Amino acid sequence: MRTIKFLLEKEFKQIFRNKSILIMIMVMPVMQLILMPLAADYEVKNINLSVVDDDHSETSRKMINEIFSSGYFKAAGFLPSYQKAIYLIEKDKADLILHIPAGFDKKLIREKKGNVFIAVNAINGVKANLGANYLNAILRQYNISFRQELIGQNASIDRISIQTDQIYRFNPNMNYRYFMVPGILAILVTMVGGFLTALNIVKEKEVGTIEQINVTPIKKHHFILGKLIPFWVLGNVVFSIGLLVAYLVYGIVPVGNLIVLYGFIALYLLVVLGFGLLISTISQTQQQAMFIMFFFMMVFILMGGLFTPIESMPDWAQTVTRFNPMSYFINVLRMVILKGSSWSDISNHLLVMAAFAIGLNFWAVRNYSKTS
Amino acid sequence: MKCFTGWQGEPKEPSDMKRLWSFVIKEFRHVLRDRKTLLILFGMPVVQILIFGFALSNEVKDTQIIILDQAKDESSRQLTEKIASSRYFTLQESLNTYQQVESKFKEGKVKLALIIPQGFDHNLKHGNVSQLQILLDASDPNNANVLNSYLQAIVQDFNSSIQPELQLPFQIQTEVKMMYNPQMQGVHNFVPGVMALVLMLVCVMMTSVAIVREKETGTMEILLVSPFHPLMVILSKAIPFLLISILNVTSILLLSVFVLDLPVNGSLGLLYLESILFIITCLSLGIFISIQTSSQQIAMLISLMGLMLPTILFSGFMFPIENMPLPLQIISNIIPAKWFYIIVKSIMIKGLGFDMIWKETLVLLGITLFLIFISLKRFKIRLA
Repeated sequence: MRTIKFLLEKEFKQIFRNKSILIMIMVMPVMQLILMPLAADYEVKNINLSVVDDDHSETSRKMINEIFSSGYFKAAGFLPSYQKAIYLIEKDKADLILHIPAGFDKKLIREKKGNVFIAVNAINGVKANLGANYLNAILRQYNISFRQELIGQNASIDRISIQTDQIYRFNPNMNYRYFMVPGILAILVTMVGGFLTALNIVKEKEVGTIEQINVTPIKKHHFILGKLIPFWVLGNVVFSIGLLVAYLVYGIVPVGNLIVLYGFIALYLLVVLGFGLLISTISQTQQQAMFIMFFFMMVFILMGGLFTPIESMPDWAQTVTRFNPMSYFINVLRMVILKGSSWSDISNHLLVMAAFAIGLNFWAVRNYSKTS
Repeated sequence: MKCFTGWQGEPKEPSDMKRLWSFVIKEFRHVLRDRKTLLILFGMPVVQILIFGFALSNEVKDTQIIILDQAKDESSRQLTEKIASSRYFTLQESLNTYQQVESKFKEGKVKLALIIPQGFDHNLKHGNVSQLQILLDASDPNNANVLNSYLQAIVQDFNSSIQPELQLPFQIQTEVKMMYNPQMQGVHNFVPGVMALVLMLVCVMMTSVAIVREKETGTMEILLVSPFHPLMVILSKAIPFLLISILNVTSILLLSVFVLDLPVNGSLGLLYLESILFIITCLSLGIFISIQTSSQQIAMLISLMGLMLPTILFSGFMFPIENMPLPLQIISNIIPAKWFYIIVKSIMIKGLGFDMIWKETLVLLGITLFLIFISLKRFKIRLA
């Protein structure tokens, strides 16, 4: 025990002496948590719509009015020809084109059917899909009111016999930031824990100080515990800072129990640290460790369900995500913070994490040898 | 290359090119010796393209749905069957109470539930309005929106199928055309983004760390006292990364054409020229960072926090820039990756020519010249 105490003292002193690491721990989470959700906003608003109205009728004017008063669309320009509108799309000034052909109004009244054309810049699939959906919904609404105007309120022909109403649970205001903040917090804790552990041990290797420790009677597990405990503590600190920022900046208060949250973090950090340790045993220079870590972080983040739902992935990719610790963490954070899930709801996640923690750390300790 | 080294005044020695060449070869050996880093450098774009191309999508398919059927009559059974047979939804199980639905939501397995009230069949047949309720897990708002609209469409379809005589007059019909990306794949957005990201990583991070490492280990001093011009020392460090980056661009393009079936619609030569311009921008950024810093960890930190993150955030490939608050939108203009992303998207996907992207090219060129200018001014031959 005494050995570990001295080792811990040494590690903490070194950490607090190194300014760049302190910045990484204190400033990075705060900055990123403030900046990222502001920037990482998938909520679709301000869709730029350009209109080509060849009809110039009262109906078309009313329709255009209806669209822009909905608040979802911004006018990117009223253009005389479809060609000019395409040019706007090429310049990324417009996302959608609504083209109302000449004679639309007359055709609608005489032939009972009128066509309008919507062209969507579909390079960004999400935006294209939602934009087209919104525009369609508005046009449908307009269609109903237009019909009622013509044939009168009590036209029974227009009755819709099934109505649906929606309840949006857990996030009734559909605030996209509620969704992003827990996910970003998960990334931050993983990055800080993983990078710090890996770089710290490799630095001792690169500078040569690890040899000095190797020749002392310090046991293997003492050394590793001495390295892991400080970063485990730091991981918890980063997470707490993150929760605080989430509350102060975005007003997010975890619905679930804080003990559940911290219980999971305690276990999850063991996984992350074990992973960092493993990376440090297989790399010789800091540059190497950084690149290997960066590579895995990237895969973890992309396959973690942060931006796109895991259920939408193909089967092989869903299998890959089962081996991604970050996907469990993101999931649990969202469940506990947004939905208030309890121990029994996340029991599966806990079991998997325990398996990961034991496996990774065991592997890392086996890989680490005092002789080089 | 020679034009910005600033040593035209010195007498030209015929062996300079040869010296540079031997330095470049030395640097190449350094880079090639580190197998693990090299593997990751070339593996990164491949893995990224594969993940983006095949794993990530927003497609709705086989989403688990709960149907809380309080009616248990013929119509409700028909509706249930219709939903179960669509390719968007699979029936999870039938539950009886609202509380059970709630606890399923908390386990996180199910994203939506449809509640069919009592007397559904009776109401339908007697011309009354039936009220269905859709319960959504809106912790992911966009997903909830999309699921909602899919389910609504099925319900409306069911509605008109049981009342075939319902023919509405004065129908406004819409025809939607998805331009550039009719299958709505994510790839189109991501390939240019991955290109910007990888080039940034290789050029900025690798260059700055490689130079600072020589400072940290003390070998920089040896190089500086050699008769070779110090600026050429730095230049010779940059050249291997230029070549590696061009290789990476090639591998990304090959993958996107042959694996993702995403053709290069515009001019390939123009695409390469623009890529080389962007690579030079990144290299000068890397050199600039290395001149400012003295330890590898700090160089990494600056590259990682100061550059990677803004690149992912502000280049516009993951997150739409127009959604950001105005200050962030203004900041995004100084991120080189943003301009490169626009250029690649225009050439590769939209197939536009130089006349449509000369402005972006000019901005990139301006940033590059500025960085080179600053680096030259800050460059000191003596180490502190």
